[in-house]
Amino acid sequence: MRRVVVTGIGTVNALAMDVGGTFQAFREGRCGIGALGFRDAERLTIRIGAEVRDWRPEAHFVERDLPLLDRVTQYALVAGAEAVAMAGLPEGLGARGGVILGTAAGGIQTWEDSYRAVFSEGRNRVSPLVVPRLMHNAPASHLSIRFGLMGPVLAVSSACASANHAMGLAFQQVRSGVADVMLTGGAEAMLCFGGVKAWEGLRVLAPDACRPFSLGRKGLVIGDGAGVLVFEAEEHARARGAKVLAEVAGFGMTADAGDIVAPSGNGAARAMRAALADAGMAADEVGYINAHGTGTLVNDRSEAAAIHTVFAAPPPVSSTKAMHGHAIGATGALEAMACIMALNEDLLPPTIGFETPDPDCALDVVANVARPGHVEAVLSNAFAFGGLNAVVAFRRA
Amino acid sequence: MPERAEIEAAVIEILAKQLLLPPSDVAPGALVDGLGLDSLGKVEAIFALEERFNIHVPFNANEPDRPDLDFSSLPSIVAGVQRLIAQRSE
Repeated sequence: MRRVVVTGIGTVNALAMDVGGTFQAFREGRCGIGALGFRDAERLTIRIGAEVRDWRPEAHFVERDLPLLDRVTQYALVAGAEAVAMAGLPEGLGARGGVILGTAAGGIQTWEDSYRAVFSEGRNRVSPLVVPRLMHNAPASHLSIRFGLMGPVLAVSSACASANHAMGLAFQQVRSGVADVMLTGGAEAMLCFGGVKAWEGLRVLAPDACRPFSLGRKGLVIGDGAGVLVFEAEEHARARGAKVLAEVAGFGMTADAGDIVAPSGNGAARAMRAALADAGMAADEVGYINAHGTGTLVNDRSEAAAIHTVFAAPPPVSSTKAMHGHAIGATGALEAMACIMALNEDLLPPTIGFETPDPDCALDVVANVARPGHVEAVLSNAFAFGGLNAVVAFRRA
Repeated sequence: MPERAEIEAAVIEILAKQLLLPPSDVAPGALVDGLGLDSLGKVEAIFALEERFNIHVPFNANEPDRPDLDFSSLPSIVAGVQRLIAQRSE
C-alpha cells in the first residue's frame, strides 16, 4: 500500500482566515470565542460562540455565484483554495483527484432563512437555488468543480467526528490507489439562531468559556469554519517536488453501539488502538494527543479514562477547542492543523482557559501556554454523538 | 399561581412519562437517583416542566452539583418549580 502525505492545508475559522494567522493564534494561545452577533441572538440563553467575524463573502466570490453558496460552502472554498495553492497542485488531476468533506449541519442557515420566509413571514416562494445551496455535499461538490477533481467526491456526516471520518476515508482512497490526491477535512456554519437554539436544549453549552479537562468547565462552545487538507500519495508528491508537511499514518473508527449521546469510553479506546495498529505505531511513539476535549463534564472524564486505557504513560494532551470552539463537523480538520503545527514546529498548542486540574481527568494537559516539545507522531481524536469514534494518526514527514 | 398539589401532580406525571411508569409508581417523596432517570430523560423532563408552567429552568448538565433547580428529589423539584413560577409573575 502507498504512503500518504499532507502537502497543503487551508482554513477559515474564528481565529483567522488563513493557516498563518491560525498557527500564530495557536502559538499565542489566543481565544476566538466571543459574543454572538447574528440575527435574534438576544433570544438565546447561550450567547457566545467562535464565529468567523467580519466575513465578507463579496471579498471572496463574484456576486453571480453567491446565491448558490451557503456560508458552509464559502468557508470550504476559501480554505480549499489556500490548501491547493500551498500544495501547488497541478491542473488536470481529473479522475485521479477527489474530495471527501465532513459537515454535520450542512447549509443550516439556508434552511433557517427559507423556513423563516415561508412560515414566519408568510411568503409563498423561496429562492429556486435552495436545494443545491443547503445540501450536505455542496461544499465537496463545489471544491470538485473549482479544481476539476473527478474521482471519489462525497460528503460525510457523523456529527462531531465528520471531519475525522472524512480524512480517514480520503486517506484510504489514496493509500489503496483509487486516487492520487484528495481534498479532505470539514466545513461547518452552525452559528445561526436555529443551530444554537437546538444545541441549547441539550443543556451542554457553556455560558462563559470552553475549558476542556479543567475543573470549573461548563460545557462546549460552538465554533464555525472550515479546514481543508491535501492528502497525496507520497510518490506523487515527491515526483513533482512538493513540500511534505506530515505523513497521514493511520486511521481507526469504531462505534459504541450504546447510548445515543453518552460516550462509552470503550469505543474511544478501541478507535485509538485501531489508529495505532493501522499506522504500525507503538503507543510510546505518540508525543502529543489533540483530544476531542469538548469541555463537557462527561466527555472529558470518559476521554481521559480511555487515553489511560491505551497509554501506560500518556503523552501531553490538549484540546484546541478552547481557542477555535467546537466546530462540530469541521473541528477535526482544524485540530489536524494543530497537529501539523506540532509536528513541524515542535510546539504543542495549548488548552487555554485552564484553571485547575480535574482529578477525574488525570492527564498532562498543555495548559494555557503553548509548550515546546519534540514530537514524532500524534493522534487526533474525535468522538461524536451517536457513539461514533474516529482517530487519525499523523507522523513527522 | 398553581397550587402545590397541582405542581406535584404535574412533576409526577412528567417523570413517570420519562420513566415509562404509571404515575402511581412515582412516590411524592421519591429521590430522583432511585428512579433510574438517564441524562436525556432529565433534560426532557426539564423541558416538559418549562413548557407546562411557562418557566425557564437554568440547568446545565455540566454543573450537576450546582443546579439552579435542585433535581435530587420530587419535593425539591416541586419547590424549585414553585420558586420559578413565583419569579415569573414578579
